[in-house]
Parts: sequence; C-alpha cells; structure tokens
Amino acid sequence: MSTRLANNGRLIDRRKPINFLFNSKKMIGYEGDSLAASLLANDQILVGRSFKYHRPRGIVASGAEEPNALINLGEGGSFEPNARATTTETFDGMVAVSQNHFPSLEFDVGAINSKLSQFLPAGFYYKMFIHPRSFWKHIYEPFIRKSAGLGKAPKDRDLDKYEHYYHHCEVLVVGGGIAGIQAAKSAAASGVRVMLVEQTAHWGGRAVVDGVVIDNIAAEEWIKGALSELSVMDNVVIRNRTQGSGVYDHGYALGYERISDHTPGDSRPRHRLWRIRCKQIIVATGAIERPLSFAGNDIPGVMLAAAVRDYVVNYGVSPGDRTVIVTNNDDAYRTAIVLKDAGLDIPLIIDARPKGGGILMDQAIAAGIRVETGRGIAKVKGGKRVTGVSICSQAGEGAELEEISCDVVAMSGGWSPVVHLWSHCGGKLFWDSSKAMFCPDPKHPPLGVDGEGMVRVVGVANGHLGSAAVLIDANEQGSVAAVAAGGKTKKLKAAHCNNSVEFPMLPVWLMPQGANYGLRSKSWLDFQNDVKVIDVQLAAQEGFESVEHTKRYTTLGMATDQGKLSNINGLAVLSKSLNMDIPDVGTTTFRPPYTPISMASLAGEARAEFFQPIRKTPMHDWHESNGADWEPVAGWRRVYAYVQPGETTKQSVNREVLNTRKNLGFLDASTLGKIIVKGPDAGKFLDMMYTNMMSNLKVGRCRYGLMCSENGFLSDDGVVARIDDGTWLCHTTSGGADRIHAHMEEWLQTEWWNWKVWTINLTEQLAQIAIVGPNSRKVIEKLGGMDVSPEALPFMAWADGNIGGISCRAYRISFSGELSYEIALPANQGLQFWEMLIDAGAEFGAMPYGTECLHVMRAEKGFIMIGDETDGTVIPQDLGLSWAVSKKKDDFLGKRAQQRSFMDNDNRWQLVGLETLDGSVLEDGAYAIASGKNANGQTNTQGRITSTYYSPTLKKGIAMGLVHNGPSRVGEVISFTKIGTSPVEAKIVSPIFFDPEGEKQNVG
Amino acid sequence: MLMLNCPYCGMNKDETELSAGGEAHIKRFGPGSSDQDFEEYLFGRANPKGLHFERWRCSSGCGKWFHAARCTLTLEVFGTYEAQTLEPPQSIKDLITVKRPGWSWRAFS
Amino acid sequence: MKRFSVFAIAREAMRQHSGWSRTWANPQPKKSYEVIIIGAGGHGLATAYYLGKNFGITNVAVIEKGWLGGGNTGRNTTIIRSNYLQDPSAAIYEKSRSLYENLSQELNYNVMFSPRGCMMLAQTQHEMRGYQRTAHANSLQGVKTEFIGPERIKQLCPIMNVDGPRYPVLGALWQSRAGSARHDAVAWGYARACSEMGMHILQKTEVIGVTQEAGNVTGVETSRGHIECKKLGMVVAGHASVVAEMAGFHLPIESVPLQALVSEPIKPCMDVVVMANTVHGYMSQSDKGEMVIGGGTDGYNAYTQRGSFHHLEETVRALIETFPMISRLKMLRHWGGIVDVTGDRSPILSKTPLGQTFINCGWGTGGFKAIPGSGWAFAELMAKGESPLTAEFGLDRFSAGRFVDESVAAGVAH
Repeated sequence: MSTRLANNGRLIDRRKPINFLFNSKKMIGYEGDSLAASLLANDQILVGRSFKYHRPRGIVASGAEEPNALINLGEGGSFEPNARATTTETFDGMVAVSQNHFPSLEFDVGAINSKLSQFLPAGFYYKMFIHPRSFWKHIYEPFIRKSAGLGKAPKDRDLDKYEHYYHHCEVLVVGGGIAGIQAAKSAAASGVRVMLVEQTAHWGGRAVVDGVVIDNIAAEEWIKGALSELSVMDNVVIRNRTQGSGVYDHGYALGYERISDHTPGDSRPRHRLWRIRCKQIIVATGAIERPLSFAGNDIPGVMLAAAVRDYVVNYGVSPGDRTVIVTNNDDAYRTAIVLKDAGLDIPLIIDARPKGGGILMDQAIAAGIRVETGRGIAKVKGGKRVTGVSICSQAGEGAELEEISCDVVAMSGGWSPVVHLWSHCGGKLFWDSSKAMFCPDPKHPPLGVDGEGMVRVVGVANGHLGSAAVLIDANEQGSVAAVAAGGKTKKLKAAHCNNSVEFPMLPVWLMPQGANYGLRSKSWLDFQNDVKVIDVQLAAQEGFESVEHTKRYTTLGMATDQGKLSNINGLAVLSKSLNMDIPDVGTTTFRPPYTPISMASLAGEARAEFFQPIRKTPMHDWHESNGADWEPVAGWRRVYAYVQPGETTKQSVNREVLNTRKNLGFLDASTLGKIIVKGPDAGKFLDMMYTNMMSNLKVGRCRYGLMCSENGFLSDDGVVARIDDGTWLCHTTSGGADRIHAHMEEWLQTEWWNWKVWTINLTEQLAQIAIVGPNSRKVIEKLGGMDVSPEALPFMAWADGNIGGISCRAYRISFSGELSYEIALPANQGLQFWEMLIDAGAEFGAMPYGTECLHVMRAEKGFIMIGDETDGTVIPQDLGLSWAVSKKKDDFLGKRAQQRSFMDNDNRWQLVGLETLDGSVLEDGAYAIASGKNANGQTNTQGRITSTYYSPTLKKGIAMGLVHNGPSRVGEVISFTKIGTSPVEAKIVSPIFFDPEGEKQNVG
Repeated sequence: MLMLNCPYCGMNKDETELSAGGEAHIKRFGPGSSDQDFEEYLFGRANPKGLHFERWRCSSGCGKWFHAARCTLTLEVFGTYEAQTLEPPQSIKDLITVKRPGWSWRAFS
Repeated sequence: MKRFSVFAIAREAMRQHSGWSRTWANPQPKKSYEVIIIGAGGHGLATAYYLGKNFGITNVAVIEKGWLGGGNTGRNTTIIRSNYLQDPSAAIYEKSRSLYENLSQELNYNVMFSPRGCMMLAQTQHEMRGYQRTAHANSLQGVKTEFIGPERIKQLCPIMNVDGPRYPVLGALWQSRAGSARHDAVAWGYARACSEMGMHILQKTEVIGVTQEAGNVTGVETSRGHIECKKLGMVVAGHASVVAEMAGFHLPIESVPLQALVSEPIKPCMDVVVMANTVHGYMSQSDKGEMVIGGGTDGYNAYTQRGSFHHLEETVRALIETFPMISRLKMLRHWGGIVDVTGDRSPILSKTPLGQTFINCGWGTGGFKAIPGSGWAFAELMAKGESPLTAEFGLDRFSAGRFVDESVAAGVAH
C-alpha cells in the first residue's frame, strides 16, 4: 500500500495537518503536500479513468507532465475541472472528486470499452457509424460525447478575481532549478533587469531531491544562498508559483502566476497573467522522464522512477511497499537507493542494458539490491493496482522468466528536455542520438525583432545531464544573454560541482524488443487518451506517415498533458514502423501554453461591468433615473426610449414622436462626433473628404455633407459648420467619430502631408442637446440670453451665445423636419443645461425622447441613416443624394471609384419610399421578390427594405428601401418577403412621407 | 506580438498600442486614371513571404503614421521611418542589403 | 480498397487489424497528367474528387508541399453553415453544406458531420436588423434559417448568459442544419476516394515554378522534377500569392494569421455552435469535449502560422461574458493558420491571366465549411470553363467594382 513515511518529507510541515475530502472520503495531508502526495499518503492509488477505454488510472508523475491524476476540484463558483493533482497544493477543506466514470471510480460501466478495445482501434470512428446517416447525430455522437470529456462542466459564475501585470526586463529566466538560478545570477551580475520564474512553489528542481553538492554544500543550502543574494538585487524580480507559459514574437512572454489556488478565499486574486517584454529569454526548464512501453504499463502503481523518488524525499510518502525498478539508464538507481534508505523493499532492479550501469548500479548492489541486466518487463500484473511483474529477456519476445510480486513499478526510459518554450516561436531541434533526445539546435533559434536569436536554453533542457555541466552552461549563457540584451560583460565563476559519472543510456522504445501483438496491445504510449503501441503501428500501416497525421489519427499527444510523456515514445514507434530515423519523422509543433492556463486569467480584470468600458454622456445618470431603455451604440449607451410606468417601449416611442411633433422634445445628442478641422488648407482638405463642396461654405452657415471611402461607398454623413475663415466643425455619426477622425489623419499624414491642416476630435468635450418641435424656440427664449429668431438664426445657420446663462453654440439644423436647434456646450455643464430645459419646457409640453423616436421622425422625412440605408455597398447616387455629390470638383475620395462600370450605372437598386396596401409595417430586412430563379436556383430579387417603422404621425407603416430602378417606378406595387407567411404587397412612393415641402422646419 | 519603434515618439511600442495600416508607399490613382491602375491602387497589394514595407499608426501613443520594413516570415524588423516620404531612407535600405542581399520590393532594391 | 463498416472492423479485430491497407497510395510522379492541382488541402482534394466523379477526369495529380490536410484544413474551428447574406455566397456555401450532409456515406469515410445547429447572436439593434435581413435573404435562397429570440436561444444553449451587462443577447439567426465536422477526416476521406480513382497524391513535393508556352500552362517545376499538365488548378490557402507569382500574375489578396484555441475537455454542456460577432468570438464543443474557440484575424501580413497573443485575450474575454462558465476552464492549446483575405472578403474562384490555369483562394476565415462546395464548383469551372456557382467570384470583379461583400449585414467572422 502507499503510505506516509515517518522519515523524509522536506517540503511538508508535519505539525500542520490538513483535512480534505476525496470522493466524499475524509483524508488527511500535511501543509506543503501536493494533492497527489496527499492521495498517495492515504493509499489512494486509483485516482481516475482514462479517456477512451475508461481504464483505471493512478498517479504516474510528480509534476506538470502528469497525464492521469485529473480532478474535479472545489464546488460551485470555485469549481475547476481537470485540476492536475500533481501541481495542486493541498489546502484545508479541499474537496476533490475523481473524473470520467459512472457510477463510481471503483466501478465504471464505461470500462466495457476496454473489453471491446480490439473493436475500437485507432481511427475506428472514421470507419464505422457511417450508416444510416441520421444515426451519427442522434445515436452515435451523443454516446461518444458523453463518454468523452473528462471533467464536469462548471455551472456557476466564477467567484474569483484575476489580474494582469505588465513587466519589462532585459532577461527572463524560466525555471528555478540550479540552472535557472545560476543563469539568473550570471545575467543579473551584468546589471540588466532580470526576472526569474519557477512554476512550482519550491526552488531547486531535481538537484535538491537528488542530493547534489554545489560549492561543497548541499544544493538546498546553495540555492537558499543564491536566492537571498538575488532577492536583494534591485535589478532582479523573483516569482515562484509562476510558470513561463509561452514565448511569442519580439521577446513577449507569458507568465502564469497561481497566487491563491492554495489559499482560496483569502481575498487575493486567484491568478495573475504576466505580460512580459524582454530582450532575451533563458529557458532552464529541465527535462521530463520518459515512460517505458511494456505490457500493463498503465496499471495504477506503475510510475516514473524519479516521481517515486520525489514522493519519498519531498513529501515523505511511499507509493508502495515493494517497488520493482525498470530502467534503461543510471538515474533510476537513485530511486532505488532513496527507497532503500527509507526502509522500503526493492525486490529487483531490471536494467534493459546488457551490462547494466555504472557507479550507481554498484552502489545499489552494495546496498543489497538485486539487479538483473539485459532484462525487461514482459507484463505487469494487476487490475486497479499493480500486484507484480513478470520479467523477460529484453532482446526476446516476452517469454516470462520469472514473476515477482510488488505494488509499485518505477520506470525510467530516459529523459526528454523540456524544449517547449524554445519551440513556441520557431526554434528548431536536433536529435542527439547518443542521449536519445531532441535538443535545441543553437543554429536555428527563435528570432527576435533584430533577426538574432532571442531564446537560449540552458542546463538539462539543453541536453546537459550532469550538474557540473549544467552549472557551467547556465553561467556562460546567462552572461551571454545579458550582453546580448545590453548588459556589461561581467563574468561570474560558475558554481562548482563534481560530476557523477554515469553509464550511457540505451534507447528502449519497446519492452521487450520483440514484444508480440498481445503485449504491444497492452503497451500504452498515451495514458490519458489510451493510445497504445499497436495504434501507432496501425496508423503507419494505413499510410498516416507524417507525425502530424499519426497524432491526429490516433490522438497521441492530444490529451491535456499534450504528449509530455508520450510524444517521443510514440515518435520512436512510428519511425520504427516506417523504417525511418527518428529525426526524419520529425516532431509535432509545440504550441503554447506549456500547461493549461485558466481562461479567466486571459480575461484578467476585464469582466462583467469592466468587460468593456461604457461611454457615458454627461446626462447619462439623469436618463437612467428617468426610465431609460438603453441601446448600445459604438461604446456608448444611448436612450432607446424613456419608458413611463405602464407603457410598453413601443408605446413610449409613439408618445415621444407625437409629442415632439406637436409640442417639444429634447434629445441627448452628445454622442455625435464633433471634429474640428483647421488650417490654411482645411477647405481644400474637406473638399477631398466630402463628396460635396465645403470650402465655399460661408462662416456662420452649416451644410449637410457625405463622406465616401476611396472604394466609392458611403461611409458617414453629418452637418459641417464653418466656424471662421480657417476653421470648420464636422459632425459625424455617433459610431463614426473615432473612425472618421482617424480617417482624416490617415489622409493628412500619409498622402497630403504638406497640407497645413490640423484636426482634433472634440466629441467628449461637448455636450449636445437637440431641442425639437414647434415649441423649441419658445423654451429657448424663455431661458433667454441669445437671439434665436428666424432673422438672427435662419435654418442651416449657427451662432455663439448663451442660453440661461450658459455659454453655448446653437445650430439651427433639423433631423426631424421640425423647427429644431442643437445646442453644444461644455460637457461639464451638460447636465445642468439639460435639467434647466426639462424644467423650463414643462409648460410647453416638453418630453425627452430617445433614438427610436429620432429614427421614426427621420424616416417620416425620408432622411437616410448611415448603417440603415447604407451597408458598405451603397453609393450616394443610390440614395437620391446626387445633389450632394459635386460635379465641379476634380477629385474627392470615392470619385474615381464611382466612375467604374458597375457604379456609374443607372441600373442599380435605388432609394424609394414604400407603403403596404393595408397600412401594416413591413418587416426589417425584407427583400422584394422578382420573377424567376437565377442559375443557382435562388429566387430573384429586385430590392430590399432598409428602414421600416410604424409612423404614429401618419398612423400607418412606412418604409424606405432600395429598389431596382426604384425612382422611375413610383406607383408600382411589388411584393416583399414576410417570414413564415406569404409575401406582402407594397407600393413604391416618395421616401418623404411627412411635410414634403419642409414647412415645419423652416417655420418663421 | 510585435514591438515597433515609433520614429516620432522614439519609443518601442507594443503592438497593442499600434494599428496596422497595410502596405506602404502606395501611389494614389484618382479621377482620370485607367481602370487597371485604379484597381491596382485599391486592391493590388504586395503579399510577399519575406521583406515587406507597411504602414502603422501609433494609435494609442502620439497618433502618427509611420512605416516599417519587416519580414513577414521571421517578423524581423529592419527599421521604421516617418510616413511622410516616397521611399525608404537609404540607411534602412542599406541595412536590408546587409541582411537580405539582393533584395527587392516593388520599385525598391 | 476495403470498404469501411462495422463488419469490416469486427472482421479485422479477429486478425489483429492486419488487413487494413493504406488510406491513400504513395505513388511516384508520372511525367504528365491531364490536370494538376497544387495543394492537397480540403479544397484541392475535393476539386480533384469532383473532377473525377462529375467529369470523369481521373488523370489527376494533387501536389502537396507538406502533408495532406496540413494547412488550414487541419487548423480551423470546423464550423459548417450557409446562412450568408449575398446570393453568390449563400449559393456556394449551401451547396457545400448540402454535400456535407451525405459526405460520410458518399466517401465511405465518417467525417462526423454533425448538424447540431449554429446561431449567430445579435447583440445590438444594428445586428438585429442585419440578421433579420439575412433571414429574409435566406428564405429566397433556399437556405433554411430563422430568426429567434432570447428565450429560444437560452433553450438551445443553456450555458449562455443572455442578459450580459454590456451586450445583452437580443436575438439570433439560427440555422438548424448547420454544424461541424471532423476536419482531418474531410481531407482524409477525399484523399482516400481520389486515390481509389487512381489519382496521384504527391505529398512532400514542393512546386517551385510554373511552366508555360504561348500563354498556356504546360506544367509545374517541383522538388521532384518537372511534371506536365494540360490544366492547372491552384488551391493553396495561405500561399496563393506565392504560387500565383510563379505563374506570372498578381492576386488581390493579403495573407494574415488567424488564431484558435481549445479548452481542456469537459463533459457535454453545449450542443450548438455559437458565433458572437459584436464581441468577436465563436465557440462550440467538440466530440472530445473541448470547447473550440475562434476569434478574429491579425491586422498585419504574416506567414508565421502564429498570431499575436492579445487577440486571444480579447476573444476569451468576450466569450467569458457570453458564457460565464468557461471562466474556470483552462486553455489547453492555441495555434494559428494563415488565411488569404481579398478586397471584399469573399473568395476568388476564377480563370487567371495564364491560359488553362485556375485559381481558388481568398476564403479568408471561412474556408473549411466551403470545402465540398468549393471543390464541386471549382471542378466544374476547370472542366467546363464556367460554373454558375463561381460566376460572381471572378478576378475581374475588382476592376468593375462589383463586389460580393458579406460584412455588410453584421460582423465579419465566418
């Protein structure tokens, strides 16, 4: 059984026991435990079920590479699926539940898949479930979806906070083992800013577990000293629990800090995403031990040899009482020695190498451990946990020589450098055949902004397996990186360490070498996704020769561990099947992040009300407390209608229209874009920007203008006012302000950069209020201060003055067809002025109105709306706006485009008014049906609705639309689509439905 | 995640502070131009796998447009310069010659 | 070739699956072919397949620089829908969608087309009108869609937050016969069928030049030597410009990165595809249980197959607003592809200035869903010189100003 030892446990505090629940069972761990360690300490060997066959799964590893121990963690708004037990720190009150089984972890009906596995080979989905067609969607797929999926779907809203940090430094060092620490020391000595991050809570990596001696002291002591040196340096930032998750172009790197995963509820943010910009990245991420491929290597209790050692040394946990060790290299002997020292039983070390290993083997033998060389495991015995192994000759086909009972198998197939961060941005690898590993190829590094290498890999990750070489490499490259990042050349002496001499490893890709089909069909490569040796071999047999094909066909390496354990072994099996060398088969692409990171950390603080800032006009709060029904418009909130108690929104709109036409209405028009264009060449410039002439506009007057893109299509409209000789103020649509300002600047800076023109976007500096209706002049006169009589302020004129004591500018313009003024004033007085108007207007029947009322009134007048009548495919000529397109000007943006054959053409859809015969309202977006079908069998069309409303003024539906040659077809009746029923007939009419002579707006 | 130096601010700017503006050094064709020239002006973008000249705006900074000479394959930046010019400065052309001997891009080489 | 079925699997299970043969052959190139297709992605393979099936042209080579299906075919978010606004788009995408319906049976290869339904959310009044317009257009185009309200949306997708504080969900355009498919399987299924017809799929063969005589194509130079052909089809998303330059003409496209990401797998919680264009994100759940998420393109040209990280942040941020439950899921992997974007964001399926040479490119972010329809139409164009499905997607539309602009109704995402 697995249990807590009385000795060892450098990371735990035995004075601080922790209570937690696993599958509702009370368990006890210690502070400092990983959840995996806590589970093993409680003899919980079975921790989950695999993805495809629902096989029993136990803990394999001790770190980020763990494929099996994935847990539903927490509850409610703190629930997280697929939490990796090996990288989760146990805390008091933790609730953990195993995944992917029904009804229970111990008894899972899905395990039937395992019995049927011979019928479910790699790629079986593609070969079956084909008939009958409807069964895929309704029968097969739902079943497959349900049995896949691992963790439960969260249900509740996340209770935690997340945040982003920006960080700038010259050198980022990823990995807090001895290589990373030495590299950081070396880089920091040159004076550059250094950041050192370590993904776990603890520093030192493997060296501290393996008892390395550095500068004549224990690695643990050396690290303590080095960290305290670094921590007092002003140019160094150190973070543990922070993973270097991704490397991106131009020295951008992602740090993922798990601040309070281990202290939930302490009010700190849960995760912090570091957006790091640096010049050089040092990757000191060590290596991951490889499993061996033998039959039954997926049975709970089969673990990586170094992980077994970690549990004993770090947590004082023994994964079992009797451990058989199987290896192809010397390192696994360290596990044997550690276990033996801890008083545990090692019945046998199986070394696949014909002559075994070096000094470490001798030590093991001296300690009384039996070693068999040239042997392998034929088969692991057991179901939900290991009960024994049978051994065989590695060179043979698996004939059993002997059976040995044990409850743990510690395996080591060699080591794979963690080269992910080197590869994210295109760093290439080479195959080091003596070490049987892919190492970073320094000739092909990921390139930075200057075209030079921006990532360096040091230590074990760089293929150096001995501590002495690791420290020398890290020290050297730390200094080189610092210089490349602009630091001074200052060389430290690398910390000293005696190299232990190890015998070379022997690549073992299959155990035994000639394993028969039966054994291979039980030899797992990918434990989570259930990919076995035979699956990769089948893929090769079926022509999936590219490693990417094999990966996708078998799902090898596509599990949540992204192949950290399985990829190299799978690649080796594939290359063997194809009779190719491993480097010729290549690797799959390493993609960020290194391990999965929370979605919420990507969003950071920008959630709920902070998701996107809402732009508010000065009167926003007044609207809010007066029944505003809001509508999002380009970052702003605008009032759709002011809903009074007992009203539907529709009724509110009708009331607002009728009241404004009869009495007086106020509109908050502050969101309208307001751009000042100024300078000696401003007139010439505006003549290019607008389709009509602006240079000849008189000071004190306003003109409606259209803007087109260079591609000819209408992009914005608005009223332009000439302020003085060299100054114009351009109104844009609410959504268009920033875009149009940028558009102006683009042309000024990149085409006509010699023109003397300056622009500034004043949109937010000014509040603007439309005072609309027959009583509009009366309310302004009541407030007093400026002459707004028809003589002083005729239609399409503006004047500066004050109203009710507030300095303002009044424009006599109208988008409703009513007598109307738009008053612009400093934003900070907007609310005051608005409230004055509301008070003063009461006796004149004043009411505020919203955007929908605005739309109805403009449609009654046949005024176009950008975004309704236009959609990026409409030119001014389509909208009867040729009068606003200058014939005199040689050039303006869009003029050349409008001369192209398809546009300079009367045979287009053009603006008309439309009225149903029965007064009903046409549907938004309805199309006008034409006779016949096109070559693709689609019903022909001859137009479409662009705006459609109920007009309370006219008490009937009115619509504007684009109809093929429409203006010449007034009086004709055509049919429009109506969803779900037969088409509706409508008559083509003038688009001006109300007051066609314009008497109301021009009232004297 | 590009980092470009704005020649006006003189600062290294993160891509998130900038707006990409497409190909640089495009000659405008207006009224009077041929259909072919006009089409090329609007749509005929160079799309090289390698050296490219492009426009950027320091949109969250000084607001100025500038040009960058950049490799679309390695993302190496050879230099940035003010947009108010009809061709890249000689210093940048020289640097490109060092790094990409024999280069050419549209009319430049 | 062995037909795939549950019986075949049972038979093979009894003999250790030793009887399965290669899915596609790995032949040596011939000296000449009637038709060469450059690019063994979904579109290229589908083109070859329909050349054989519909026109009896089987003396075809499909030439691929890397491994088949290794470009955007294997990198997309697998959404299939046809609820497009403009007639030419709706026609080709609906053709495609309808071909997907029977593709598994036709190819005898399960491409796992799953018509689970796709909704495009309207989160502003402007989008509401845009999608209502699309619904009307679809009703005349023979594309079955409907405009649905928040209640129905919530019913179809319970994990959605329809009352988000920033952009409440006002409605959606719903296409119940839209869905998704297994992207790799589409390429593999077509490749298998092409190979069965005797066509040659030449992987790891890079085209380095196009040869011509008297204005007509004569063949291609490849890393395995010169190969002759009578007709040439270029179907290389991401690298269309590069190949076109070899043939001496220039395309109105730019190549930009597009990114996607997946979460770790969880139990089924979302049975439809949802696209939210106001906030620029879309999401579905794969059969493995991963939430598959896509966003917008990068703003600058690049051939890196990786994009800028902040786009992912923006997409995830938006989707957490729409689907709060994904907050505590973890991003497993993110990646990028290169998409060709044209001046009007619609594809080009066209004759080219070089005789007997045809180009199929510019699908932007919408290529996967179009694979069968694009192959069908492009094969017709190549075989007959014209196709009603490609008529509006010619290269000449840019000089006439006759665009097929899909971005007009609402949003830009495919």
